[in-house]
Amino acid sequence: MTSAKERIDEIVRSNDIVLFMKGTELFPQCGFSSRAVAILEHLQVPFKTVDVLQDPDIRQEIKHYSDWPTIPQLYVKGEFVGGSDIMMEMFESGELQQLVSAEAA
Amino acid sequence: MAMTAAEIEQLIKAGIPDAEVTITDLAGDGDHYSARVVSRTFAGLPRVRQHQKVYAALGARMGGQLHALQLQTAVPEEMESD
Repeated sequence: MTSAKERIDEIVRSNDIVLFMKGTELFPQCGFSSRAVAILEHLQVPFKTVDVLQDPDIRQEIKHYSDWPTIPQLYVKGEFVGGSDIMMEMFESGELQQLVSAEAA
Repeated sequence: MAMTAAEIEQLIKAGIPDAEVTITDLAGDGDHYSARVVSRTFAGLPRVRQHQKVYAALGARMGGQLHALQLQTAVPEEMESD
């Protein structure tokens, strides 16, 4: 059995842009997750989502993984970027566009 | 289960004594808040670390008892370099 931490490691390493969220891209189950998806869609970059509601082990472990108590959580190229508030601030300042376009290039 | 704005402010100030805390009850239901926290201790820290300090002050309540907290952090204006 691989541990939840190993599974998160694998997901974060193998996807340049990944959002751990509640619900799916089409049906977010929480306002914060919904906002995070909307921001990523606006950036028009490919991203992977992981629905933590479908995976209690990941839901629990992800909070320790990044020392961050809430979901959604965005990772870009293996680095924890932040939750939806930080995503919004970075989006408004243009930093998020820069960060993800650097990944796409 | 829900927390009052005063409780949230107290907890943050207990963890970050110089913090200026502004809490807004977003939905008027005692469950959805936004907090703006200004502290000199945030100087030089990336935003993720600033938010982590606030979350640390709130402890186990964050993500449990306190589900919805929009968070904004800043250093006092006089300290900003730009």
